Amino acid sequence: MSAFLAIVRRDLLLAMRRKSEVLTALFFFIIVVSLFPLGIGPEPALLKKIAPGILWVAALLSTMLSLNRLFATDHADGTLEQLVLSPTPLGLLVAGKIGAHWLTSGLPLVLLAPVLGLQFDLDTSALGILVVALLLGTPLLSLIGAIGAALTLGVRGGGVLLSLLVLPLYIPALIFGAGAVEAHISGLGATGHLSLLAALLALAAFFAPWATTAALRIALE
Amino acid sequence: MHSATLSVSGLSCIRGERRLFSAVGFDLAPGEWLHVQGENGSGKTTLLRALVGLSPPAEGDIRWGGEPIRRLGEDYRREMLYLGHHGAVKEELTPLENLKLAAALDGRHLDERESLAALHRFGLKGREELPVRFLSAGQKRRVLLARLVTRNARLWVLDEPFTALDVKAVDMLSALIAEHLQNGGLAILTSHQAMPMPSGKAIKL
Amino acid sequence: MSNRLINWFKFASPQSFYPLAGRMIPWFWALTAVFGAIGLWISFFVAPTDAVQGEGYRIIFIHVPASWMSMFIYLVMAAWAGLGLALNTRLSGMMAQALAPTGALMAFISLWTGAFWGKPMWGTWWVWDARLTSELILFFLYIGFIALQAAIDDPRRADKAGAVMALVGVVNVPIIYFSVKWWNTLHQGASVSMTKSPSMAQTMLWGMLVMALCFWMYSIAVALMRVRAIILERETHTEWVRELPEVKE
Repeated sequence: MSAFLAIVRRDLLLAMRRKSEVLTALFFFIIVVSLFPLGIGPEPALLKKIAPGILWVAALLSTMLSLNRLFATDHADGTLEQLVLSPTPLGLLVAGKIGAHWLTSGLPLVLLAPVLGLQFDLDTSALGILVVALLLGTPLLSLIGAIGAALTLGVRGGGVLLSLLVLPLYIPALIFGAGAVEAHISGLGATGHLSLLAALLALAAFFAPWATTAALRIALE
Repeated sequence: MHSATLSVSGLSCIRGERRLFSAVGFDLAPGEWLHVQGENGSGKTTLLRALVGLSPPAEGDIRWGGEPIRRLGEDYRREMLYLGHHGAVKEELTPLENLKLAAALDGRHLDERESLAALHRFGLKGREELPVRFLSAGQKRRVLLARLVTRNARLWVLDEPFTALDVKAVDMLSALIAEHLQNGGLAILTSHQAMPMPSGKAIKL
Repeated sequence: MSNRLINWFKFASPQSFYPLAGRMIPWFWALTAVFGAIGLWISFFVAPTDAVQGEGYRIIFIHVPASWMSMFIYLVMAAWAGLGLALNTRLSGMMAQALAPTGALMAFISLWTGAFWGKPMWGTWWVWDARLTSELILFFLYIGFIALQAAIDDPRRADKAGAVMALVGVVNVPIIYFSVKWWNTLHQGASVSMTKSPSMAQTMLWGMLVMALCFWMYSIAVALMRVRAIILERETHTEWVRELPEVKE
């Protein structure tokens, strides 16, 4: 367990020293969300209807930006080899890295989303559902994305390839996440969506570190 | 406690579809070291990576204390230290943080005094709190040497450990390896240079 | 030099599989032609004109078998991939690699014929129907698999990475299908179903089954041809490939 905390601490410390990378992904999120009203027009009723979808798609895209670095920097400077050769089980270290990735790229999105939601005229209860949905959904994005990041490690055109692999796998998260807010707005209740999202999160938390570990070993062979 | 012997037999490695080497075998007992020789591209690094368990060999058997390293897993990795081509140090972190975090990831606690002593031994006094990216290439390698001391591994597998080191550091490293061997450790290294070391075993790929 | 695993599974070694595949390919092509002829004859001349949809419905004899194949090939591909990871047989990875383009082609045909069918039926080329959308995502998964394998130079790593991707994909396919269906019912009410025709005539079903058999045979024949090409490509340096008559010439 101490090794798990150590890697979370290490990755957070590294993110602190490389603040610009974290902030770039955040501002990307803000900019993408703000572009939609400019493209679609400022009509509040329409914006309110599409807000959940926009916020979620922007969250997917900005997660893609930060996923590239999840293992790539460790791979480049050789520390990834040391992680694989460490007496600590690799799955635990990988889980720690995914956790740190969520803390630096997922959690800020969760905190920013309600502010951006105000631009789209979402009311307080809808904002609440949005935050809960993102809270359940963004760890899912980090978990699934880690598999793709490990598979494309050191591969030609890795960044674009990563999106090609991972975005289709993000579709259920997108559907249930954005759907939760829409269902709430249309008065259907978001419980069903949220519990499905939680179920997916549980499933991914179980399988994704394992698949990522396998992919990392393959990448380093 | 089993005897710390590394025995390798019938090892062959394939990279891509090319056979790099076959039927490599040797035994290494405590206090012995092995010099892996060969031209560029002959598979020295591949051999070392197979020995530490990073890339499984196509054929052959690697045993540590009589047990296959695949089965030993974590128990083998705890007793072994591998330093590859890359520095394996984080540029954004200070030498001190690098040492302590590397130990923590292995599940061990390394106290401040011990890590400072190791850094000072390799001439990094006054640079403990400076991010590694401000250090020279040679100084970065010295951070790794400090890691050698603090890790307490019995088997050292070092890929080109003498590159980018100045004369003084080369002496320090060979003294360090000699001391490690004297304490019953084992070492496997590749190097292009002639090494100022007591004679050991050698294989040529 | 002896690898025990390869001795156990004799035909799992590329060297012995290569000639075997070569002998099987003509048979599968012949079966493709036979089933294709019967299937097309049933679908054009035997099957009655649909009371509601007219003649245009006949495209389902291509569309439905292609959709079936696209899903089934993904399963087979993932099975080969899993086998390759578990047993470390080289042929498994080659089979998975050989199947992927055919699977992608099937998904593409399914989408294309779906659009052709949709135009006269619904007056639009594309509807966000649950099945069509899932098929589109399946197509993306195939493309991702192919792109990943193409991007990795070392064939062994490409096989293994592709295998992990295929297995991750196969776990996700049902989840994606379910979520798309959920999304579809939420947004459109009852979905416009393509195959749920209440009075599907017996002959229509037979036509689809025979056409599906034809697609099966075609997929096997093409996959075997492709696997032979992959074997040759990867084993060029070996003695047995150099001894092959077709290589010597």
